[in-house]
Amino acid sequence: MRRLLLAALLAGTVLGGGAPACAAEVSQYIPLPTYRVGAYASSGELWWAGERDYFRYINEVEGGVEGVKLNYEEFETEWSPDRTVEVYERVKAGKDGSPLAFFFTHGTPATYALLEKAAADKIPLIDPAGGKTESVDGAVFPYAFPLLFSYYSQASTGINYIASKVGGLDKLKGLKIATVYHDSAYGRASQPAVDALAKTYGFENIQIPVADPGSEQSPQWRQIREVKPDWIFLRTWGVSTVVALKTAQRFGFPANRIIGDVWAGSESDTIPAGSAAVGYSALAPYPGGTDFEIHKRLKAEILDKGKSNLRDAKLFGAVNYNVGLVNAALAVEALRTGYKHFGARPLNGEEGRWAFEHLTIDPARLKQIGFDGLLQPIAITPTDHEGGGAARIQSWDGSKWVLQTDWIKADHALLTPLIKAGAAAYAKEKGITPRSADSAEAAAR
Amino acid sequence: MSLFLETLIGGVLAGTLYALVAIGFVLIYKASGVFNYAQGSILLFGALAFVSLKDAGVPVAGALAITVGLLIVTAIAIERLLLRPLTNRSPLTLFMATLGLSYVAEGVAQGFMGSQVRALDLGIEDLPMFLGDIMISQFDLIAAGVAALLVIALSLLFNRTRIGIQLRGVANDTLAALSLGIDINRIWQIVWAVAGLVGLVSGLLWGARQGVQFSLSLVVLKALPVLIIGGFTSIAGAIVGGVVVGAGESLAETYIGPFLGGGITPWFAYALALVFLFIRPAGLLGERQIERV
Repeated sequence: MRRLLLAALLAGTVLGGGAPACAAEVSQYIPLPTYRVGAYASSGELWWAGERDYFRYINEVEGGVEGVKLNYEEFETEWSPDRTVEVYERVKAGKDGSPLAFFFTHGTPATYALLEKAAADKIPLIDPAGGKTESVDGAVFPYAFPLLFSYYSQASTGINYIASKVGGLDKLKGLKIATVYHDSAYGRASQPAVDALAKTYGFENIQIPVADPGSEQSPQWRQIREVKPDWIFLRTWGVSTVVALKTAQRFGFPANRIIGDVWAGSESDTIPAGSAAVGYSALAPYPGGTDFEIHKRLKAEILDKGKSNLRDAKLFGAVNYNVGLVNAALAVEALRTGYKHFGARPLNGEEGRWAFEHLTIDPARLKQIGFDGLLQPIAITPTDHEGGGAARIQSWDGSKWVLQTDWIKADHALLTPLIKAGAAAYAKEKGITPRSADSAEAAAR
Repeated sequence: MSLFLETLIGGVLAGTLYALVAIGFVLIYKASGVFNYAQGSILLFGALAFVSLKDAGVPVAGALAITVGLLIVTAIAIERLLLRPLTNRSPLTLFMATLGLSYVAEGVAQGFMGSQVRALDLGIEDLPMFLGDIMISQFDLIAAGVAALLVIALSLLFNRTRIGIQLRGVANDTLAALSLGIDINRIWQIVWAVAGLVGLVSGLLWGARQGVQFSLSLVVLKALPVLIIGGFTSIAGAIVGGVVVGAGESLAETYIGPFLGGGITPWFAYALALVFLFIRPAGLLGERQIERV
């Protein structure tokens, strides 16, 4: 009997994912495809801790979102797109009476793999600071949300920051800017934007690929030494960032002339690089640190009460932990928008799309939820699924990230035509008739 | 000319790091005919154990001693729990067993010691040295020295000690060795322990360069073309293979890469290995096995 009881308890813990769902009330089901083991676990472990801590805070301290509790459940994928697709298929019908309002893909390759499937199933794919850049155009991609900071915006913000360091956009003319990139769809995603920026501002655009995993980069940095660029935009991922910083030091390229992108700017990249990372800067739509109001609230209600999912409390406020917090907050605020419109009950995919397409977090709201400075103001519309397009810049001082700037916006006037052209080509290839803003509104009402 | 020489020397030195990983495979393959898929996971396990102990405040010498002890215990456990029950099974069965072992080793390592990237400072600065116009990595130079010392130590072990002679006997003819009273189980334990120690050395060197993290287990991907080129049964072959791969991919990336869009190092090493498979299937220094059919 005791064994049976233990087994039942264990099964409940495993299958329920630790979420405090109550049988009597219907909660909003949120599946989380995660990677706590495998090559990218060092990022994932903190990311999921951030998401879970925030969802737990909302459930236990705020009583849910407009009274609706969140029932979150993890699925291990090891960052493998095929496993994420499998998870999607298992959860797309919802659970325990709750439909699926949206699906976090937690990875660009998984977003690409699910793009058409989710559109057919009418389930929004949420992939902040990732996804397919053209899917910013909600007229063609109604169910894809590359929120916050597309890859084109990353390139443009990086160039804008370099311009601010050299004295203005007009001073970019004649400079050599090399992009060292992970030779993958992710790494290549910013190239059209950098091409356009180079033509507009007259800098020399040098692209140098690093093949996965990037554990030996001497040939690439020898090439850089020959070319002598003024600045380097580092678009690497995982071990290739650490090796890039160390090899740059060996070849005498100064770290303070290297700007990393979103996914090359966490403690996992800088701590192993040691002295080679001191002075290195990175784009930060998810700034690191604990100097934000939400961290005070979480510390008091979650960490100090021993409820955090963090394995090591020293990592509270690490960049990847804050990625989880921001992404969870975006989901919570979108659900709140939806509940206010449709009523406080679990939403389905079409309602979830409406909710995300009407998500607005202004500076006043950012202060209320404790994310002022940590999250940029955001306004999603049916035709703009990015809604932000800005980042702060943070620099590594040898022990922590230090914020250098306020939010720097991407050049949307230059990027939007590129995105529209890419989306139009996709629509033509797939036979999609783009929505108008009015039809998008009418579809969900 | 200086660019060519610098690229060549840099590649040769990087190749010795590949060779270090490959030597772990050679030791086990030579003694038991098993291609040990778990070598990368054992390399990760050793490096992670060392850095975890060091981070916990254990002095370097103590951390090293405990890690070596752990690897020896692991080798004994592998022989007892995995190899002994599978004695006389096909090489494919043993290979699949090591495949399973790799997942267990990775899971245990990350489960107990965490998945965060750890910095590892061996006190070797990764700074440049100059010979005229030619830049050489100080770190790579020291790593090459360590590899050379390791090869000398292994040669002494195999050629000048009783255990080494027994080991060679088992490698040449297992049945004959058994009939002479050699304890094959003990030999396997020793070989797996030595391969674990070689893995630890390469894990520490690679870990110092890229941080101690899961990706360390993937450096074995660099060892496969090295083994094909050098031969699966020769330590000297692993060194030669490592040098060929290191120099080849470095020169190719510099001189051919720009015409092919760059980033060609991973597939170039395998393409090179394929060429060697056509010309010399047993590798440069591997033993040619001729079977009567």
